[in-house]
Amino acid sequence: MLDAAQANPRSLLEAPALQTLRLLTCGSVDDGKSTLIGRLLYEQSLILDDQLAALERDSRKHGTDGANIDFALLVDGLEAEREQGITIDVAYRYVSTAKRSFIIADTPGHEQYTRNMATGASGADLAVLLVDARKGVLTQTCRHATIVSLTGIRHVVLAVNKIDLTGFDEAGFSKIAADFRKFAAGLDFKSITPIPISARHGDNISRKSANTPWYRGPALLDYLETIDVVENGAARPFRFAVQWVNRPHLDFRGFAGTVASGALRLGDEIAVAGSGRRSRVARIVTKDGDLQSATVGDAVTLALADELDIARGDILCDPKNRPEVSDQFAAHLIWMSDGKLLPGRSYLMKAGTRTIPVSVTELKHRLDVTTLGEHAAKTLSLNEVGFCNFATTTPLAFDPYKENHTTGAFILIDRITNATTAAGLIAFGLRRATNIHLQGLAVAKQDRARIKHHQPAVLWFTGLSGSGKSTIANLVESGLYAHGVHTIMLDGDNVRHGLNKDLGFTEADRVENIRRIGEVAKLMSQAGLIVLCSFISPFRAERRMVRELLDGHEFIEIFVATPLEECIARDPKGLYKKAMAGEIKNFTGIDQNYEPPEAPELIVGLDKQTAGQAAAQIVALLATRGLIDHIDDLAADWSI
Amino acid sequence: MKKPVSPHLRRLESEAIFIIREVAAEFQRPVMLYSIGKDSSSMLHLAQKAFFPSKPPFPLLHVDTTWKFREMIAFRDQAAKKAGMELLVHINKDGLRRGISPIASGSSVHTQVMKTEGLRQALDLWHFDAAFGGARRDEEKSRAKERIFSHRSAAHAWDPRNQRPELWQLFNTRIKQGESMRVFPLSNWTELDVWDYILAEDIPVVPLYFAKERPVVERDGALIMVDDERLPLRPGEVPRMERIRFRTLGCYPLTGAIRSNAATLPDMIAEMRAARTSEREGRLIDHDESGSMEKKKREGYF
Repeated sequence: MLDAAQANPRSLLEAPALQTLRLLTCGSVDDGKSTLIGRLLYEQSLILDDQLAALERDSRKHGTDGANIDFALLVDGLEAEREQGITIDVAYRYVSTAKRSFIIADTPGHEQYTRNMATGASGADLAVLLVDARKGVLTQTCRHATIVSLTGIRHVVLAVNKIDLTGFDEAGFSKIAADFRKFAAGLDFKSITPIPISARHGDNISRKSANTPWYRGPALLDYLETIDVVENGAARPFRFAVQWVNRPHLDFRGFAGTVASGALRLGDEIAVAGSGRRSRVARIVTKDGDLQSATVGDAVTLALADELDIARGDILCDPKNRPEVSDQFAAHLIWMSDGKLLPGRSYLMKAGTRTIPVSVTELKHRLDVTTLGEHAAKTLSLNEVGFCNFATTTPLAFDPYKENHTTGAFILIDRITNATTAAGLIAFGLRRATNIHLQGLAVAKQDRARIKHHQPAVLWFTGLSGSGKSTIANLVESGLYAHGVHTIMLDGDNVRHGLNKDLGFTEADRVENIRRIGEVAKLMSQAGLIVLCSFISPFRAERRMVRELLDGHEFIEIFVATPLEECIARDPKGLYKKAMAGEIKNFTGIDQNYEPPEAPELIVGLDKQTAGQAAAQIVALLATRGLIDHIDDLAADWSI
Repeated sequence: MKKPVSPHLRRLESEAIFIIREVAAEFQRPVMLYSIGKDSSSMLHLAQKAFFPSKPPFPLLHVDTTWKFREMIAFRDQAAKKAGMELLVHINKDGLRRGISPIASGSSVHTQVMKTEGLRQALDLWHFDAAFGGARRDEEKSRAKERIFSHRSAAHAWDPRNQRPELWQLFNTRIKQGESMRVFPLSNWTELDVWDYILAEDIPVVPLYFAKERPVVERDGALIMVDDERLPLRPGEVPRMERIRFRTLGCYPLTGAIRSNAATLPDMIAEMRAARTSEREGRLIDHDESGSMEKKKREGYF
């Protein structure tokens, strides 16, 4: 491996310049973030004539500063923001001075937009946190400081704005700086730089202000132009996530990706993190010609000396300094969705170039971002931060986020809506995953199936209460039993009263209920049984979670699609009557949603057929799929 | 005349290549919108870098309004041929039948029908699920808030209130049947970055960007080039030769030229560093009202 000084020779030709500084501005609403950025652009003459003309026009229409130019209007782009005078989404701004280029993420101050603030923080090297000199450190200041620290930003400018409105008061400024340092002692900052400014009037923005003779530090822009905070990723261990396998013809197989950290040289040994297989770097290919070496940030295509099984999502690494590989880990989670986190539910996790199913196995605590207190919690809501244990379906290679932002970060995606629901920052791998290996079984599932003369399967009956799930499932089971097929029935009666008697009917408990049933069904199918599960199971995500627990075609989803009106009319247990009278809460179809399957293996329904006909249809499907032998005589018996 | 690529440009280049590869890896049917301008030229160059030694695994698509400068069309065909990539050209035939043109219908109807509707037609026709565009966040205020991976409903609508948070380089590429994604690899580039990169990488661009004697008329404060006989001259208008160039290229009757002597790329960059107007100033479609770009985008304009 290379150290930083031996990096890519091409980069040695380049003019020495400070790296582009990616920064975000944050702070409470009305503390003047957008005004500050507008002012910076204005003072750097980066506002062009036509933009200035539009700004003057808009200032008269929406402005909050009388006849003067309202700089905030320059950056508040969306119409709703301008009308309401708030910033509701991250805006990116680009400022170049003679010394440096900046990419500024201007982020919202309202509490309900904390997720956007976290978005702006995720790629930044430095944060400018604004406080109003009159108001001092607010709850929102603490909240933003915590998120800034959590996302790995180590350098903060505390911009004490509107200092003109306190008469340029030194004591007030010092108190705010001291208050902030006190709160930030619990955070992880390397530097905190308080600067007294007035964004509206330009004090201490581009040059030192005569109004604050007591202030000895630099003006904001001087500080930003000279501070060296960009992390030197070249000195860290080599990591490279394979993005795309490049195979133009049979003689070339290259792995396209970007060096996430470290550097490598032709001939270096690399390992595939997941499999542990090793090879050497044979070529570093670019369109501008092969390179001798590549370093952090370079987008290249690697060809290896040996044919290894490598695909998108694999991480190539330094064999002497590898990432952790585990299917369980602990991470901070910033929840970004209106729907709550449901522990046990299956989400998609995108980490690097890999997307795999994951679930929260335990919510250890919720972090109060204003006090840094840790509280017990059952769920996370929008903008809340929690510390959780996770389990994935296959092992994942990662580093702790503190050591590597690229291989330690992930997002969660809702499997139904496709929304990005959370940002995750991995803290550490959980050892028990690496130590507890799945017991190698001497007798395999197929061996058990062989002596039973049928294949294992899970028949999952889903549908509204009273749709006839249990009636049909009972008919199927008796028919199968009569022909020597080994079965077991799981339904609310035998599960809710025993294994799951600690669970209620809230959304979170329903998720856990189905998860446990899924695991039981899995064990029983491994025993070679045909498992009949009859549960309302209203959520697609949980049914999908069970499907993924099982092998290929073992999960057969049967949608008992009897319409709601029909179910209410049937009401075999009198439950609808009670639910409609308000005596039962969270009743599916009445005050809780039912998500019908999108692609079930079979749809039956008592509005169109008898229970016997439905049962016959199911048995025929099992036979067609080769799970059981054909049972010809049964269909006749059942068509009552 | 090449100049070394700065660390700033190198970082932007790597980011764009990462984005382009991500799309190729995660979508079924991506396409690269190619609008012949400098941003498209840079994007095409980056795509070729991303997949070398393979060719980019997607076609190019040009939504032709039939009012592009003739030099642009010639350049387009040659660029696609040189890249060895398939070039799809779509014209909104229905719009042509209805007689839509920038002159008869005005800029906003022409853009709506020939560009916005034309783009939707093309994406539906070929069932593309991801389309690269060369838009940059520094162009306009509503673009400053658009994601790099920008979700579109099955009706191609953009919902600025409900954008997915975009963290690190972890792009959420998941869409439902019929929905699509617009992807902007140049999001974090500025106009100057693009020109610096074109200079450093020696990327070919349409000669209209460089000053030359061209026939123009002055109309409503803008210099309009008389590119062919379709431009009806108003009473008293006589085309005259002026040394002009274009900062941005669109439909010729809607694109204002600037007087300039910058005939080479370094001259032009020097001129731009001193410029006092923003580049969309030359585009007549943006002036209708403030916030007009956001409106167009919600309807599916790029």
